[in-house]
Amino acid sequence: MHPAPSVIAFTTLSGIGFGLLFWLGFDATPPKGMTAFIFFLIAFSLAVGGLISSTFHLGHPERAWRALTQWRTSWLSREGVCAIIALLVMGLYAAALIFLDSHLALLGWIGAILCMITVFTTSMIYAQLATIPRWNSNLTPALFLSLSLGGGALLSGRVTVALILLLIAGVVQLIWWKRGDTAFEDRGSTLGTATGLADRGTVRSMAHPHTAPNYLMREFIFVIGRKHALKLRIIALVLMIGLPVLCLILPFSHILAAVAVLSHLAGVAVSRWLFFAEAEHTVGLYYGMR
Amino acid sequence: MTDLPTQTTRKLGLVIDLDTCVGCHACVISCKGWNTENYGAPLSDQRPYGEEPMGTFLNRVHSYEVQPETGTAQTVHFPKSCLHCEKAPCVTVCPTGASYKRVEDGIVLVNEDSCIGCGLCAWACPYGAREMDQAEGVMKKCTLCVDRIYNENLPEEDRVPACVRTCPAGARHFGDLSDPDSEVSQLVENRGGFDLMPELGTAPVNKYLPPRPKDSWDDESLLAPFLEPVASEPTGFLGWLDKTLDKLPGGSA
Ligand code: SF4
Ligand code: SF4
Ligand code: SF4
Repeated sequence: MHPAPSVIAFTTLSGIGFGLLFWLGFDATPPKGMTAFIFFLIAFSLAVGGLISSTFHLGHPERAWRALTQWRTSWLSREGVCAIIALLVMGLYAAALIFLDSHLALLGWIGAILCMITVFTTSMIYAQLATIPRWNSNLTPALFLSLSLGGGALLSGRVTVALILLLIAGVVQLIWWKRGDTAFEDRGSTLGTATGLADRGTVRSMAHPHTAPNYLMREFIFVIGRKHALKLRIIALVLMIGLPVLCLILPFSHILAAVAVLSHLAGVAVSRWLFFAEAEHTVGLYYGMR
Repeated sequence: MTDLPTQTTRKLGLVIDLDTCVGCHACVISCKGWNTENYGAPLSDQRPYGEEPMGTFLNRVHSYEVQPETGTAQTVHFPKSCLHCEKAPCVTVCPTGASYKRVEDGIVLVNEDSCIGCGLCAWACPYGAREMDQAEGVMKKCTLCVDRIYNENLPEEDRVPACVRTCPAGARHFGDLSDPDSEVSQLVENRGGFDLMPELGTAPVNKYLPPRPKDSWDDESLLAPFLEPVASEPTGFLGWLDKTLDKLPGGSA
């Protein structure tokens, strides 16, 4: 799949933003006043910034409101609806903390749960696609949720929780990669099943429909990045989990905390780039590529 | 709503004969022509005369080589457009309701006025049957020429999809696949029509007919005896002509 920067930015930033909102909502002793303002500003910028960047790849962003209508069948629609409700609830909760100095705990819990439901719906947009076996798994929501919770804990300064959750996210990431590497073969789709000619011999693509590439090839066949996949996986894991965990173990300092957060964000972005770049769509079969 | 109908009254679709398709791409061109001049946004081209020309097509013809374990390889031309799946995954993923499957005939369509161009439906289609138009930013796909097949302004024989009407080889058949007695259902029945990527559970309406077995080099043609030269040496007038011409300067043939 073509790794579109807007979509990578969206899933990376909004994932960690909603993760931070989750922990702020669940906090028994949340920050108040100015500190609350800064925390919520960061969280909302990440979550909303991510959502806005996801509209950049739309052909008609001015009609984006229509995407809220089909929640009965569409995970993308559900995501839009959940994100708006979660942001509204957390907005009220934040306003009460910042301006009224009051902690509406129940509202915070509801908002926190809605934030995680939003991350779950994001992950289901990808996990539902049978056409991309690497994504089409329960492990995809597990990956998105564990990274969101771990990143959010890190950003909100919860050292122990962040340590545990980041390590869990690292393990989920490793399992996700392991499963993903054989997912396409395991599904059994080949050029033979795609053309229905498998029982007559080995099918080989001899000529593409046109001499130049097309939208389908641009969108679904991306082979450049795979060459360095292993190196990039190591880089992702070190930045996303390794370095932040090390920073958390060392005695606390603001510099180390900043390094941990930035490193984690960069690592998640690399992992998301691979998420797309390594994903193989069944359309590739028709072009004799994957 | 992007809920799929549990059942459609008819199942209109195509049956494509891989045995007779000669890979001429006429169906590609007639499709592009009709769908640029009629229903919805025109099918745009990018850099049509420049480097790497690209464009939107609702029907594309691939060419494959099938190599059996023994014997010669076979070329199969393979036209591919939307299969109007009964369990169309492209419809249910659509967040706007722009994509829908019609109850009356099973045709899968995009309402371009509602489409936000998110591209998710193209991701959900296993067959590459949906293309985002780069000029209009909306999703384009085969409409089964919905603006021809019911069009009473057209002569009767033209009320079929443009690709079917144009195919010089008669490799494309259009009809109701829910009716077991229809010509298309009979073709599927008699020729062993099959689905593409059945393992994905999309239940395509369109079917493909397999190439027929080819004769081998060892087979003796029934017509071979009639192709023997009738006379090895010309006689009569032709014999005289042959000899005379041989005598002319330039030598004998
Ligand atoms: S072929 Fe693709 S676009 Fe057409 S109905 Fe099936 S899934 Fe949808
Ligand atoms: S591109 Fe258009 S038709 Fe396709 S899923 Fe998005 S809104 Fe629906
Ligand atoms: S017009 Fe007919 S013969 Fe030519 S490519 Fe299309 S289906 Fe094949």
